[in-house]
Amino acid sequence: MSVETLFEIRFQAKPERLCEIRALVKRTAEVVGCCSELTDKLVIAVNEACTNVIQHAYQGDELGEIVLEMLNNDGKLHFRLVDYANPIDLDSVKPRDLDGLRPGGLGTHFINEIMDECNMGHLEEGNGNYLEMIKKIS
Amino acid sequence: MNINTLEAEGYTIIGLEGDVDLSCSPDARKSILDVLQTNKNLLIDLGKVSYIDSSGIASLVEGYQTAKKQSLEFGLVGVSDAAMSVLKLARLDKVFPIHDSVEEYEKKDV
Repeated sequence: MSVETLFEIRFQAKPERLCEIRALVKRTAEVVGCCSELTDKLVIAVNEACTNVIQHAYQGDELGEIVLEMLNNDGKLHFRLVDYANPIDLDSVKPRDLDGLRPGGLGTHFINEIMDECNMGHLEEGNGNYLEMIKKIS
Repeated sequence: MNINTLEAEGYTIIGLEGDVDLSCSPDARKSILDVLQTNKNLLIDLGKVSYIDSSGIASLVEGYQTAKKQSLEFGLVGVSDAAMSVLKLARLDKVFPIHDSVEEYEKKDV
């Protein structure tokens, strides 16, 4: 069993950085052999996870820092997202009921639909949160 | 993202181009709500959208709801594959009125 770090990037919590993050995830997913359909879905999930951090964890504070790591763990892609914002209320992060039509709240639904596994929590060392998303690719 | 607005007989078309994400979805939202404030039927052309995220979809949902409240028509036209896959993921592909083209929209009442 081998774990390969595909990339690690630190970036400020600015919406303008999302385009670059999507391009990086797309390129990397293609390199490890994901088909175009899966690649597009991984891009959507990671974009939504970053968007949630920018909007809800940092609440628009563009000085906040996000760390995104992508690993290949024996055919499973791991995406680990870390922020240093105040600990979020983990119970409030739920996919919303799609039966009621209302704007917002779709990001968590997208992530849960696309990924095989999602784990989130608070950083042990104090302020901050993590989200780990796992997708089997082989 | 580019936003192009075109006035037609009885409706307005807003064309969104490029990536619609959190960096620009507030602009799309504003354009949509501005048109609806003038009491015009509205079509959103998504044919040149290369990517749309949940914040972009939220702008469309808000536009659709606002139009409904004002008894105005609101529809999507020429939806790109990239935008359609996100609409399907959100299970909204059967909620929005979707037209293949502006011509098809114009013919619907004939």
